Amino acid sequence: MSRQLIIHRAGPQVTVQDRGRPGLLGQGLSKGGAADPVALAEGAALLRHPASHAALEMAGIGGSFEVTEDTRIALTGAPMQASIDGQAVVWNASHLLRAGERLEIGAVTRGLYGYLHLGGGVATETVLGARAAHLAAGIGRALRPGDRLPLGDDTRAEVGMTLDPEPRFAGGLVRITRSMQTHLFAAEMLERFQNTAFKRDARGNRMGARLEFEGAPFAASGQLSILSEVIVPGDIQMTGDGTPFVLLPECQTTGGYPRIGTVIPADLPRVVQAGPGVTLRFEVIDLPDAIEVHRRHIATLAKLPATIRPLLRDPAQMQDLLSYQLIGGVISAHDDHL
Amino acid sequence: MPQIDAPTASFPRIAPVGIAGLLVSFADRLSEPANRAALAFRAAIEAEALDGIEEVATSLTSTFVRFDPLHLDHATLSRHLESLLKTQDWTRAELPGGRRHFRIPCVFGTDLAPQFDEAAQVAGLSAQEAIASLTAARPRVLTIGFAPGQPYTGELGPEWDIPRQTALTPRVPEGALVVAIRQLIIFSAPTQTGWRHIGQTAFRCFRPEAEEPFALRPGDEISLRAISPAELERIRAEDQTGQGGADVEVIR
Repeated sequence: MSRQLIIHRAGPQVTVQDRGRPGLLGQGLSKGGAADPVALAEGAALLRHPASHAALEMAGIGGSFEVTEDTRIALTGAPMQASIDGQAVVWNASHLLRAGERLEIGAVTRGLYGYLHLGGGVATETVLGARAAHLAAGIGRALRPGDRLPLGDDTRAEVGMTLDPEPRFAGGLVRITRSMQTHLFAAEMLERFQNTAFKRDARGNRMGARLEFEGAPFAASGQLSILSEVIVPGDIQMTGDGTPFVLLPECQTTGGYPRIGTVIPADLPRVVQAGPGVTLRFEVIDLPDAIEVHRRHIATLAKLPATIRPLLRDPAQMQDLLSYQLIGGVISAHDDHL
Repeated sequence: MPQIDAPTASFPRIAPVGIAGLLVSFADRLSEPANRAALAFRAAIEAEALDGIEEVATSLTSTFVRFDPLHLDHATLSRHLESLLKTQDWTRAELPGGRRHFRIPCVFGTDLAPQFDEAAQVAGLSAQEAIASLTAARPRVLTIGFAPGQPYTGELGPEWDIPRQTALTPRVPEGALVVAIRQLIIFSAPTQTGWRHIGQTAFRCFRPEAEEPFALRPGDEISLRAISPAELERIRAEDQTGQGGADVEVIR
């Protein structure tokens, strides 16, 4: 009997997610996968396991979880209230969850999507090469109380590690590139779009985020006669009422609404994680600049495993800290950042 | 660097989609030659297998190339696509090989497909004429899109050039046959839609658990065989494959 994760309670949208199913656009299936891929990479770095491993994605609210054998866990993405048998545990860190202990994950404190990673990954059956639930396509489903998920083998023991998350939970500037239909929008329209403050509509889901704003609707010329065309995540389509809608990993693969631009992959997590009250602004950048930003983004993700460090405030690790100070003699006891 | 940002009046046209995609469009309205060109151009790009290309797909009249922009730059790929475009008249290319004809049983009208009468009326046909027209047609799968395995087929005769409704039907079921703008779609999942629901099949376009999860491919043809609600019920009860009672033959 392999290790299992038992779900005792789950928020309305707790799903298994990995990096999704690229390559099936021509079959009508969008890539799907984790809404916040950075959180997936951070969890993999904390547990030092492959970034291809599947984790649980929790939209807004977590749940109550137990494991059948001692299991390493990591918590990333939107910070949520979390405790193990009543003891608060730190977000953006790895911990040991012992068999029979209860991991309680509550509501988000910032952002929208939190992630629970398990050492060895969630090892459910793959469908079309991935484990990710794609609710719009009817692949997988939201988890329910009583579900038991198999976990993969984990050969490591290291826990109590942390990292500094990539900043993406406070909204801010989101960079976009021009797309195939940007020219359908008048220059003044594109200018006004960049000078408008947007808030994400709370009804968003993994398919897309509707953006609310003050002011006149945005419209393209010839909006009603546009032939349905390919969609990529990050595309910002103007719906019939002139409201922008940012398409996310589980979007449809084609659409007939005009696209004003496309959010660059490095900034898409900012849109995904824009919680209530957070303001988003858009800025058009040139393609070469966008590719340079992308290059740095990919390099940053690749370096994540090298940035993790012991969670020094965790009492379980204090012994190590003391011995390190005695030997190294370089860490001041007054260093605030410890 | 080739100009890929500004629109030009002529086709084919190359334009960026995000930072990792180029779209080659053959027309801005649906036509059989433009659809044929998109399909053939996709096959040609796949055959060349340029390093850095990650995915090639088609929509109604375009070919989409997704690539790794850190591995293959826009200028290089754009030049490659431009020179490939010049090698032949893509609008007269052969259709994809291995095309198949699916003959799909379908209930027209009744409470299973409540907008049949209305659609026939908009098309200016009696119910009998509409069924005769729809069962005689043999539309081709122009593209698979929107939802997994979902075919956009066409074109029907000009009488079926009926607009989408402005009000959406909240939910039509999987297997629903819908019509608008000279095209037929069989829905791969329950969907909200502006297309009119005129028929109901037991055909499953997307079968995630099957060896071939996507039943149809662009270039395939479909035709419809009128059946009664009782026969549809019998097909549903017996069918384990998702084929919905359809016969399949290879087009030679």
